[in-house]
Amino acid sequence: MTDTPANDVAARAEDRSAALVRKRYRAERRFRMYGLAAIMAALGMLTVLLFSIVSSGLPAFTTTQVALNLTFDAGDIDPDGSTDPAKLASGNYRGALLKSLRAEFPGAETRKGRRDAINMISNEVTFVMRDMVLADPSIIGTTQRVWVKSSADIDQLAKGSIDRALPESDRRVNNRQLGWFEKLEREDRVKTTFNTTFFTTADSREPEQAGILGAVVGSALTLLITLLLSFPVGVMSAVYLEEFAPKNRWTDVIEVNINNLAAVPSIVFGLLGLAVFLNFFALPRSAPVVGGMVLALMTLPTIIIASRAALKAVPPSIREAALGMGASRLQTVTHHVLPLAMPGILTGTIIGMAQALGETAPLLMIGMVAFIVDIPQSFTDPATVLPVQVFLWADAPERAFVERTSAAIMVLLTFLIMMNLFAVLLRKKFERRW
Amino acid sequence: MPEENTPEEMEVTVESNEAPGATQAPKAPPTKVNARDVNVYYADNHALKDITIEIPENRVTSFIGPSGCGKSSFLRCINRMNDTIDICRVEGKIEIDSADIYDRSIDVVQLRAKVGMVFQKPNPFPKSIYDNIAYGPRIHGMVAGKTDTDELVEASLKRAGLWEEVKDRLAQPGTSLSGGQQQRLCIARAIAVSPQVILMDEPCSALDPIATARIEELIDELRQNFTIVIVTHSMQQAARVSQKTAFFHLGELVEQGNTELIFTNPVDKRTQDYITGRFG
Amino acid sequence: MNSLILIAVLLVLSAIGYQMGRKRALAGTGGQIKGLHSLPSYYGSYVALWCALPALLVIAFWLALQSGIVDSLLISGLPASVQALSEGQLNLLLSDIRNLAAGDITSKTPDPMVQAAAERYNDLRSTGFAAMVVVGLALGIGGLTIGWRAINPSFRARPRVEKIVHWVLILASAIAVLTTIGIVLSLLFESIRFFNRVPPAEFLFGLNWSPQTALRADQVGATGAFGAIPIFAGTFLITIIAMLVAVPIGLFSAIYMAEYASPRFRAIVKPILEILAGIPTVVYGFFAALTIAPLFRGFGESVGLDVASESALAAGVVMGLMIIPFVSSLSDDVINAVPQSLRDGSFAMGATHSETIKQVIIPAALPGIVGSVLLATSRAIGETMIVVMAAGLAANLTANPFEAVTTVTVQIVTLLVGDQEFDSSKTLAAFALGLVLFVITLCLNVVALTVVRKYREKYD
Repeated sequence: MTDTPANDVAARAEDRSAALVRKRYRAERRFRMYGLAAIMAALGMLTVLLFSIVSSGLPAFTTTQVALNLTFDAGDIDPDGSTDPAKLASGNYRGALLKSLRAEFPGAETRKGRRDAINMISNEVTFVMRDMVLADPSIIGTTQRVWVKSSADIDQLAKGSIDRALPESDRRVNNRQLGWFEKLEREDRVKTTFNTTFFTTADSREPEQAGILGAVVGSALTLLITLLLSFPVGVMSAVYLEEFAPKNRWTDVIEVNINNLAAVPSIVFGLLGLAVFLNFFALPRSAPVVGGMVLALMTLPTIIIASRAALKAVPPSIREAALGMGASRLQTVTHHVLPLAMPGILTGTIIGMAQALGETAPLLMIGMVAFIVDIPQSFTDPATVLPVQVFLWADAPERAFVERTSAAIMVLLTFLIMMNLFAVLLRKKFERRW
Repeated sequence: MPEENTPEEMEVTVESNEAPGATQAPKAPPTKVNARDVNVYYADNHALKDITIEIPENRVTSFIGPSGCGKSSFLRCINRMNDTIDICRVEGKIEIDSADIYDRSIDVVQLRAKVGMVFQKPNPFPKSIYDNIAYGPRIHGMVAGKTDTDELVEASLKRAGLWEEVKDRLAQPGTSLSGGQQQRLCIARAIAVSPQVILMDEPCSALDPIATARIEELIDELRQNFTIVIVTHSMQQAARVSQKTAFFHLGELVEQGNTELIFTNPVDKRTQDYITGRFG
Repeated sequence: MNSLILIAVLLVLSAIGYQMGRKRALAGTGGQIKGLHSLPSYYGSYVALWCALPALLVIAFWLALQSGIVDSLLISGLPASVQALSEGQLNLLLSDIRNLAAGDITSKTPDPMVQAAAERYNDLRSTGFAAMVVVGLALGIGGLTIGWRAINPSFRARPRVEKIVHWVLILASAIAVLTTIGIVLSLLFESIRFFNRVPPAEFLFGLNWSPQTALRADQVGATGAFGAIPIFAGTFLITIIAMLVAVPIGLFSAIYMAEYASPRFRAIVKPILEILAGIPTVVYGFFAALTIAPLFRGFGESVGLDVASESALAAGVVMGLMIIPFVSSLSDDVINAVPQSLRDGSFAMGATHSETIKQVIIPAALPGIVGSVLLATSRAIGETMIVVMAAGLAANLTANPFEAVTTVTVQIVTLLVGDQEFDSSKTLAAFALGLVLFVITLCLNVVALTVVRKYREKYD
């Protein structure tokens, strides 16, 4: 019990302290900077990501239209002069269109010139002409000025994505087309409109006709199945595990199993779906019902874990009170515990659904990656979903598809943000501290 | 409140000043910590009101009072541990050796090396026993080299009366010790940086009676070299270990003075009620 | 869709059963609830459950098995010459028949055999459906009758109903286990078929991966090589790059968030960081391919490095970005779980904040941090879309991050997407890779979850 050593040390410490403390505070500031720098790095990358998506996606929400003088030549459309709708529907609108283009664009008489002219506008123009005639047969034989959708290349040219100063061989629009387009521009026959097509059609090989409605409907059908399967099953198993299950080996196994299932790579669920649902049960490929089932198995652990946490947060005193009143255990759970836990369960479910909405890999395994031009009508129709649509378009080389990929991502992110926002609001509104 | 409070305190101070002179009191020890008009707020809650107290050097001073009376809050002011709580605000003046510790020029890190603290629950770091003791000296640059550290660890453990029990297992984690041993380890850890003041926040509340007795002995031994301030729930403990006692109630310092006097002849009605066990 | 109507009918029937059960129970006591053993609603539920449960179960099985049975019946009805076709051709033919039966236009004018088969297919389906309706309704009505007749005032309806509900709950919680069993069995089963053709040793230790198999039996040089080492190496390389990005950034942000950030800063920045975890991986893949890969290649060119357009670096960095929130939010939790008393102890010794973090908090939180890093690693290994879109297809055995490498998940996707016969070595190889992926991630997860749980228990 001598105090010499400690006193010695204290004496030495006094000498070194000032310099040492400065050094220690420098280390402190440096460490703090590392932390801040890490956060800034993450936020910076997030910003770059969002900026690159938004800046490349925004142009897809507008589209270019050009005003053409279309001649509804009676000889092509209605050679017999019969005005019979069935006959009119099968008229030679392409012929009429070509004649109009020849009149419109000098130099469109040659084979090559004709192809250039046709490539100026979307190939849906013939259908537009047909619909106009069917709506009003009296326009046959007249020339109308009609705003029609330009082709994707001309759209890119109008938006400035194609550099007009490039040599002809390096650009997707040749000099002749450029000349025609600049003439239209001079005559004020080019305008930019909101791209409604993007929201009203399904996929297409032609970028200017491709839309996301098919994928959105596919996603909705798939998610509906996922919700219908995973929500009841998830809540029921959470209720069982949290409220009824005896604590034994079997429930331990289930618990460990659920936690691990939550971390199994999603593509493995795709393999399961392929082997079991498609090959064993011979369910249809590419169908929302199968996609929904696979995603339901995938989101099940998320919902169970969230529901169990919500049930656990309900204080035991509530259960004791109900049991004390003579309620059975099931009545206790359904009348008291479950309603109190519901906001937490719903929040977990929405978050699980948001995950399912963004999931791609397992759906590739069960063939929801096909090129589908129809909007799916039922749960067994071939369909695709939004993220898979993104994946498909991301593969296409055209600049116009890059634009649309980013735009589809923006739509997807909007849905996700809305779902998460809803979950946050739900949690805020019903959050309860016991 | 202050108008009501001051006369009482005056009275007590007078009494406690009288007491040493009247009974034995060879010499009054110098004041180590001097707090004047300390107010503490947690957000809008006024937790401590105009606390003025002098803590004598090389003595044990105990703070007693019912739970939530602010005695721990005041203790944490003395080494500025309240700085770690965002909503906490401290007003007034606390001086150690006549230097205001809330002055801008004072560095918290150095202050805390000078004012050690032992907590309610033993909180050894998740490191070996050896590293637990060596931690403080190392960060403060008080040791150079292994032999130096070894010496200091041994000295600190010996002072805390733990050396004989742990000398063969210094490499084991600090958490492997029993509760009482852990608390003595924390005391050894605190004295390893040779502080001048040691604050103890209910150091025995998580311990059994035998371990408590061991710690109390230790406190009595340490008194020779350190100024000790102890917050305690147990009046018996205050009576056993301390020379000076201060009674806190609802954020006020109701009464302070010589321990024997406070326990045998309290002035304030509230102190009397607390000591006789009418509330607490 | 028609089966939906059948299910709706059954549900209506069970609703009727509910009312009937209630009425009958009340009628037994002359409308006095007091005379009943249980509340009237339990009698109703009892009848409703008897009506709906057996019928719905049978319908579910029926729907699951019907198309398989119809297909095999259809095939057995086809001429012997057709039955001798290979499985792939048979599948093509079947889909032709199905299309024709559904009234879709087929590519060519249907030959009479297909035409007949399509009619037969429609017949089989409608017969099957009719049978299902009959069986389903019979079970529904039968169940309703059984339940209804069991009811009298002293009948203990509540315990019975609760017993059934109890079993339904057990069944629901067994689904998660069944899923795991399903995964293990389907992966094992297909992998064993693969290993019958390719020895496991060659698969696990072979250095050459080129899974093309011969289209024609006499084709030269297309037997396929299934040595998966280059794939494992590629996966490893990309995962390492991802973790090199994610661990420092994630860990330091977690430390800053948990220890330094003001509540305001935390409230704003933490949710923003968690956006990273909510962005679908296909978006990261597109970002990697569209922005990061060209960026790196351009940068490489400017300093004279040859960076492949599908470099491991681009995929790895973007994957790291995706993994950051997994590391940071788990580590944040773990750091917050370190008891305040340890911080107080260290501060009271006069330690600065960073000394406290480095010497007390991190060592205390280490098991939890290791667990979170392991979980993040398992995420990175199993991540698919980023690598499918940004990493290469060629199985290069290289440690150079500027070259293109391929990963397990990329190979699974490329082997299984597109039209191919199901039991070629190529498709089976995908399942073998899936099995490897599953086993590795499972091991990582089990270790990580155990470590984290032990850690939590320590400080609870």
